[in-house]
Amino acid sequence: MRSAVAVRARRPVRATAKVWRAAAETTAVGVALVVAFPLYWMVLSAFKPAGEVRSAHPVPWTLNPSLDAFQRVFGQRDFGRYFLNSLLVAGTVVVASALIAFLAATAVTRFRFRFRTTLLILFLVAQMVPVEALTIPMFFLMRDIGALNSLVSLVLPHLAFSLPFAVWMLRGFVKAVPEELEEQAAIDGAGRARFLWRILFPLVFPGLVATSVFSFISTWNDFLFAKSFIISATENSTLPMALLVFFDTETPDWGGVMAASTVMTLPVLVFFVLVQRRLVAGLGGAVKD
Amino acid sequence: MSAFAPARRPGPAQSRTRGVRGGRARAGPDRPVRQGSRTPWLCLAPALLVLAGLLAYPVYQLGLISLLEYTQAQVSGGRPTSFQGLGNYARLFSDGMFRQVLLATVLFAAACVVGTLATGCSLAVLLTRVRALPRLLLSLAALGAWATPAVTGSTVWLFLFDADFGPVNRVLGLGDFSWTYGRMSAFALVFLEVVWCSFPLVMVTVYAGIRAVPQEVLEAAALDGASQWRTWRSVTAPMLRPVLLVVTVQSVIWDFKIFTQIYVMTGGGGVAGQNLVLNVYAYQKAFASSQYSLGAAIGVVTLLVLLAVTVLYLRLMRRRGEEL
Repeated sequence: MRSAVAVRARRPVRATAKVWRAAAETTAVGVALVVAFPLYWMVLSAFKPAGEVRSAHPVPWTLNPSLDAFQRVFGQRDFGRYFLNSLLVAGTVVVASALIAFLAATAVTRFRFRFRTTLLILFLVAQMVPVEALTIPMFFLMRDIGALNSLVSLVLPHLAFSLPFAVWMLRGFVKAVPEELEEQAAIDGAGRARFLWRILFPLVFPGLVATSVFSFISTWNDFLFAKSFIISATENSTLPMALLVFFDTETPDWGGVMAASTVMTLPVLVFFVLVQRRLVAGLGGAVKD
Repeated sequence: MSAFAPARRPGPAQSRTRGVRGGRARAGPDRPVRQGSRTPWLCLAPALLVLAGLLAYPVYQLGLISLLEYTQAQVSGGRPTSFQGLGNYARLFSDGMFRQVLLATVLFAAACVVGTLATGCSLAVLLTRVRALPRLLLSLAALGAWATPAVTGSTVWLFLFDADFGPVNRVLGLGDFSWTYGRMSAFALVFLEVVWCSFPLVMVTVYAGIRAVPQEVLEAAALDGASQWRTWRSVTAPMLRPVLLVVTVQSVIWDFKIFTQIYVMTGGGGVAGQNLVLNVYAYQKAFASSQYSLGAAIGVVTLLVLLAVTVLYLRLMRRRGEEL
């Protein structure tokens, strides 16, 4: 930060500043520990032997870690398949919404045309539409197109819900690419389509990555649609359903729940850590103007 | 759409940030303008198709179903459906349970928004006051909470506060107190989880906003003898306003339509439905008791509330002279 102490003069002001900073740092580390604790407890409980998970005096460590809970989870019929289903649905939504949103964002930032502002407002309003409130008509829509019980019934709604935000967020990134590049490309004889995919797309790619985090998470998090649309074809269930198998309200198998939760959280965490820098830049792009 | 034309007032410079924008001025008359071209519409076609078919049409359907008599009998085709007008809404609003759920949703969402913003903003300020290592630790922890899916976050928090095996009751010496049994304590537990998983977005965004305030301006303020508090109030805060507006609106929307946390943590709405919020209530009405029209009417109410928030947001943006 900016606290480069140039002059090591021992003035009382300095001393108080030091105390303040020490207090701030202690607070920050303390908050970090509290915030991280649930995740620590989740992973720890997943590795604890069953007896320790069901102990009335839980301790924040374990001396004999076991893979029992994970074995129960992966031994569950079709768990791997649920995992793949979740990945497949989220992956499809991410790729499709990134491509469609890229085209749309380019259109609304690079061109002036009638209804442009109206469209932008539409995209903004579309973001506000509560996914959950549309479950009922979505259910009938999926039934009518014969998509109920298939992964398509999870992909389509999430594609629609990720898209408006993606367009909105990508705007900033497309805007940031200088107009001169396009003029230059035109002079060099590149057609518009060529410019779009060979020049603009790679330049906007970091923005696409940041945007895809949000599409990925909202889809990966899906619980309501999986619960409502995948009724009889359990082979098309996704991870949340698999997790709830262990989560019987009477006698939950906490070890199993924690292991399944760990497996479900891990991919998102990895994804997040990989793209965190771009994520922050993307957020800046989405909210600044 | 002249209604949304920027009504720019002369005034303090708008927040201008380094980085992505590259210091380029906003779209203005200086930009090359292409008109009368089919290209933008070609580019927009896929997005508009998706939104029309999967967002606009379901919204229309939702409104339609809420005006009909639509129960299991009609769905299976046993009985013809009939037009009810606003009958379903009249039934809803005369239902004491619905009014209670509506009020609970508003209060709960408001609490979550305030909790999330307060936590996120104060930690963002804290981040500016510490050196790299504590900042990294806090950012990583927040990233973890942020990345946690709603379902797993809900189960983990339940386990932490479990009456028999949870560490929290042991540490606090609460014995076998059940958090999910009482109405308030169950809401409090969900509140904690919601704040935990949604403050990171606010923290990261606001922190980026604070960092984007130009150094020269802060130095100028210091030279003019402004106190830290004064600098914050007169320089930083006004520049953060657009950022704060966005995160507030996002939080309001997100917290008002909460479903997963309530559903998982309170076992589908709590003891005797004491922890129901609108979306869970709509779900129960539609998929548990096949009263699709009532469920749809509840959905419409949710939609209208959020639409009102959106309109308010747009008006605020317009007042600030934003250009879309």
